[in-house]
Amino acid sequence: MKPDFEQFKDIPGTTIFTIESAREGFHLNQFCMSLRDAKNRERFLADGPAYLAEWDMTDEQKQAVIDRDFQRMLDLGGNVYFLSKIFAAEGLSYVQAVSTMTDMNTEEYQQMMINGGRNIEGWRSKKERGEA
Amino acid sequence: MAKIVAGIATSHVPAVGHALDSGKTQDAYWKPMFDGYEFSKQWAKDNPADVAIIVYNDHASYFGMEIMPTFALGIADSFAICDEGYGPRPVPVVEGAPELATHLGASLIMDDFDMTILNVLEVDHGLTVPMSLMYGTPDKWPTKVIPLPVNVVMNPQPSGERCLALGKAIKRAVEQFEGDLKVEIWGTGGMSHQIQGARAGLINLPWDIQFMDDLINQPEVLQYKPHLEYMIEAGSEGVELIMWLIMRGALGDQVNEVYRFNHVPASNTSVGHLILTPKED
Ligand SMILES: [Fe+2]
Repeated sequence: MKPDFEQFKDIPGTTIFTIESAREGFHLNQFCMSLRDAKNRERFLADGPAYLAEWDMTDEQKQAVIDRDFQRMLDLGGNVYFLSKIFAAEGLSYVQAVSTMTDMNTEEYQQMMINGGRNIEGWRSKKERGEA
Repeated sequence: MAKIVAGIATSHVPAVGHALDSGKTQDAYWKPMFDGYEFSKQWAKDNPADVAIIVYNDHASYFGMEIMPTFALGIADSFAICDEGYGPRPVPVVEGAPELATHLGASLIMDDFDMTILNVLEVDHGLTVPMSLMYGTPDKWPTKVIPLPVNVVMNPQPSGERCLALGKAIKRAVEQFEGDLKVEIWGTGGMSHQIQGARAGLINLPWDIQFMDDLINQPEVLQYKPHLEYMIEAGSEGVELIMWLIMRGALGDQVNEVYRFNHVPASNTSVGHLILTPKED
């Protein structure tokens, strides 16, 4: 069957992690994976750039990590479960980290969740939203 | 002969594990969700099983990017608890069921399911949170476990048809095992949730409820739902729900709905939970 990754590009505000992303983000995701180890977490938090220098990541990927720009990390092949090791190292919850990718602050985002979450109406298609 | 006696579906949210492990289950935020599992904990006590085959996914906890098995099977004597970045959850080690697991692995491979066989596996919240929800906080888990990790993280994930068919093959394999075992099959993950991007926080409860209805009543139709629809309607992480199809496939044509529970939100997720039993014909 012929793969069709293009079909995912119309979903607004969403980055689907594919086998192609897995290739592009391999070293970024493996760096994240290294943070499973408490000793590595300590070293990374003490000196991020020095720790990142040990990894075969692109400069853009390293900068995105230093900036804690999770959307950029996703765009560069990161997967959110791997990226979660970065915010877990800093003691942040998923809600705290995930809200940074939206146009809300953490309190507003948390309140949206308590109110039943983001309503799907208007969020099905970039074309519908006039974004594509 | 061994027999599949029940199917359990439940979401597996990491924050639920934190709430359990830090004694927050009676907080105003969490209480309504944990209350929804009180029935299930009692049901599990009243209906003990020997082995639970737990279909779940690893969340970059044990598997890195070196190897991403589509379907895997843990055949070890026991499975340690992963450090997911916050330190391992303080829950008992998960005891395996190697005799049934080796039989199951062999049978599935001979049935053309190319399982990756795991002699070593550490399990994450995907497996342990459902166990905590069903069993509470015992010193030792009341059932042995065969972990069945599925790749739902990297697209392409296995198709819905393949998942339902795997469930059917599991049922056949269990019934061919000599030994009088009561076996449960668990499908975990979902329901609607998205934890990344500007659309994060998406919840689609009407879709979730329809999914439950279809899973119960017409899995043969549901199996053809394309992954794209899960991603649009239930969020990028909602595609985890294909694991519920594996559970459903192992229960046979008709099921009894013993229990159903929905709650929004747990962290970023729409929580859904089912207890089903096979309808004898
Ligand atoms: Fe999950």
